[in-house]
Amino acid sequence: MSAEILDPIAEVEEAAPSRRRLRKIGIIGWVSVGVIAVALLLAIFGPIFRPFDPNASDLSFANVGPYGSHILGFDGQGRDVLSRLMVGARTTVLGAAFVALIAVTIGTSLAIVTAWFGGKIDASLSAGLDVLFAFPGILLAVVAAAVFGPSLFSAGLALAIAYSPYVARVLRGAALKQRAMTYIAALEVQGFGAWRLCVRHLLPNISSLIVAQGTILFGFAMVDLAAISFLGLGVQSPQADWGVMVSEGKTGLLQGYPIVSLAAVLCIVGVVAAVSFLGERLDASSKDVRR
Amino acid sequence: MSALLQVRDLTVALQMDSGPREVITGTSLEIGEGEAMGLVGESGSGKSMTAKAIARLLPDGAKVTGSVTFDGTDVLALTGDALLKHRAQVAVVFQDPRAHINPVRRIRDFMTEALRILDDVPKAEATRKAADALEEVGIDDPAKRLKQFPHELSGGMLQRVMIATALLSEPRLLLADECTTALDVTTQAEVMAILDELRRDRGLSMLFITHDLELAGAVCDRTCVMYAGQVVETRAASRLHQDPLHPYSAALVQARPDISSTAQRLVAIPGRPVSAFEAPSGCRFAPRCPHVLESCRSQEQILDQLDGGIVRCARATELRGRLLDGAHA
Amino acid sequence: MLRFIARRLAMLVATLMVASFAIYGALYLAPGSPIAALTGGRTVPPVVMAQLEARYHLNEPFLARYWIWLTSALHGDLGESIPLHEQVSTLIAQRIGVTISLVLLTSVIIIVVGVGLGIVGALGRGTVDNGVLFASTVSAALPAFAAAILLQFVFGVMLGWFPVLGTGNGFLDSLRHLTLPALALAATSVALVTRVTRTAVREELGREHVQTAVSRGLPWSGVVQRHVLRNAAIPITTVVGITIASLIALAAIVETAFGLNGIGAYLVQAAQNKDFAVVQGISLVLVFAFVITNVVIDVAYALLDPRVTLGSRAQ
Repeated sequence: MSAEILDPIAEVEEAAPSRRRLRKIGIIGWVSVGVIAVALLLAIFGPIFRPFDPNASDLSFANVGPYGSHILGFDGQGRDVLSRLMVGARTTVLGAAFVALIAVTIGTSLAIVTAWFGGKIDASLSAGLDVLFAFPGILLAVVAAAVFGPSLFSAGLALAIAYSPYVARVLRGAALKQRAMTYIAALEVQGFGAWRLCVRHLLPNISSLIVAQGTILFGFAMVDLAAISFLGLGVQSPQADWGVMVSEGKTGLLQGYPIVSLAAVLCIVGVVAAVSFLGERLDASSKDVRR
Repeated sequence: MSALLQVRDLTVALQMDSGPREVITGTSLEIGEGEAMGLVGESGSGKSMTAKAIARLLPDGAKVTGSVTFDGTDVLALTGDALLKHRAQVAVVFQDPRAHINPVRRIRDFMTEALRILDDVPKAEATRKAADALEEVGIDDPAKRLKQFPHELSGGMLQRVMIATALLSEPRLLLADECTTALDVTTQAEVMAILDELRRDRGLSMLFITHDLELAGAVCDRTCVMYAGQVVETRAASRLHQDPLHPYSAALVQARPDISSTAQRLVAIPGRPVSAFEAPSGCRFAPRCPHVLESCRSQEQILDQLDGGIVRCARATELRGRLLDGAHA
Repeated sequence: MLRFIARRLAMLVATLMVASFAIYGALYLAPGSPIAALTGGRTVPPVVMAQLEARYHLNEPFLARYWIWLTSALHGDLGESIPLHEQVSTLIAQRIGVTISLVLLTSVIIIVVGVGLGIVGALGRGTVDNGVLFASTVSAALPAFAAAILLQFVFGVMLGWFPVLGTGNGFLDSLRHLTLPALALAATSVALVTRVTRTAVREELGREHVQTAVSRGLPWSGVVQRHVLRNAAIPITTVVGITIASLIALAAIVETAFGLNGIGAYLVQAAQNKDFAVVQGISLVLVFAFVITNVVIDVAYALLDPRVTLGSRAQ
């Protein structure tokens, strides 16, 4: 016997709109999707399709502009800028995805645990989360870099840990609401265990909120990770990474050769803006449909 | 004696997302000095909008035609300081007091604001007047209440505060917009009693808006019934109750459960109330009227005088005295 | 109200304890012995080793050491930087002025521009409002270091209106040097504050109590001041406070980009050099500043909204 005792009307309403929602995101929405798709493709396939070796350095070409098939020119070490951008997508984009994933996992687990048990566990965990809430992730990442040595991993993990209380806070409200619903009580009475209920019922019903949070966090993570790499405490030069490239290109920029830094900045800002626009459009269109 | 308030042929269309929507059509009413007029109707009838039009509180983009005359002045044409003065003379008591009082300011600030700013009354004197007003509406320990914030008072008390504040500025016309609907029945009765008493004491004119026909009958001199943006009947309050002229008024009278009699089923008016822009042409009540004929649907109904009242029904004379029978024509 | 402040102060102390514990404890998470972490892997004569052991009470239990560190810190003794042989507190004191000036200037920009634009957008009609929304969207897409680079290039290198590096001498010159960094730091915050202000003011405009005030014949400007803005101040103050609190960490990025020798940039350098005592010291100072700012926000909220009786601010 299926234990799916959800409100049948809501279920139907939930299914149909996702299709309609997609159509209503508008031009900005589709452009954003395009940008994100390109970024993801580069992140996965960049190292395969890049035209030149991103680490091959020829100092006689240092800070030379577009030349032949080097569309974006060379950086301060005589390396092809376009290739470095394509390869750099991997650490920046995937790194941010990794951070968002971990933060969402930890945050969701915390939220469900506090929501499920309620009472004292909720009160104490919430108080604890309140304390850590909005704690600057960058600070934690800097300390982590000092302790463990600068690396993408330590920076990423630090950021994920710093974001988790925020995710937990946001999801706790939704989780509490679900927890209080009568169908959960009905299932409990029938003898279904807590683990099963949380995973098979509570979780799916807050899943759209989880995805939304994950998307927002992805944006924050990209910016923060790039910033940390820019500071030299994340991905290390000479590895290609958008944040690192911004830092590498700074001397050039101050001398009037901005391509390296600006290109990297544009990539970062472009993807982050695309993510936030898409998020906004999806949010707006889902509200439209419900009316 | 010309009336204090004269509304002639008022038509109001509100600007909504889907375009302009008419909510009041050709409505006319009159209130004399010291007279209380009840304005009764279901949701969408246009009664609240009529009050807002009188107080010039309609939302932006509303199109208004017709005339509203208050004490000889053309209200709809007012601007600037004259408009502000008019609003000060027409006091409004709103429906949900908790939403209508600023939650972060003390009661004293709320009550004395108009006095201090518009009449330049010094703070101490204004506070004293406010305390007196609170006593008049039956609130104990006014000094303590004045220092409190709205969330510390109950709904009933807040509504009394609203009434007291409305009377502080010594208005000539009081607009009570469903002011007891949000309260429980006992509190409702208390607040109504206070409102009625104070109004009579000061000889204030009042437009009392409600969906409760009997309540209007209890405190008002005359009652005006609105449906779908139009006035369908205006009559002396007591007479309307015993001898309604319009099928809709009759239906409202019959729909109220009577504790003294037993009934198998509660009487209800079939269908749902419509706004002006949703109403059909011809008689707007036709789809729900138990006495409807084909001619009703094709003919625009106009207001006629009948036995001391005004009614908008082509069959009114014909149906005279038979409307409360419960039988079809 | 007093109970509320007491609760918030308790949270403040709790946060400081947790954070300081984490900062101090991180030293022991580092691979290798604590001494190795303190010295950053440099070889050090045995005399110094012995001094370090005594200084850091490494022969005593962990919690005792933590407590000693914390209490000394509260007295202003944050330890000594091993590579530089100087008191951490001195090193911080030399640089904290720059950071404070930067954060102050940025806060002013955020409040004046952010709140100002938000109000203008909410009270104005169509085109003005759209303009404000557009500006805030653009500004929102510029995280601190992106804005820093762009501003440096456009206004510093290309147009030459502002200097791109260093702090300058004297008041006006310092102001010039801090302008671009402050703008970069303020960019995303201004966008957020503008948005929240606009929404808050818009919402208040639609509230029923505003209608009550209008119905009493009060002039519109007064109603806006005393009812719309006064009530909207509650969420606005909260968001302004939160963004200013976040500046504390973001300052590090801007200081590095613009070559300002504030404690943020110094923190980054110390992390790179594994000058652990400095990292601990500055982290503690930053956390302290962060938590104090949050308490100030909470108190301000309680003062503005009399409905708050206990618990944290309504989010």
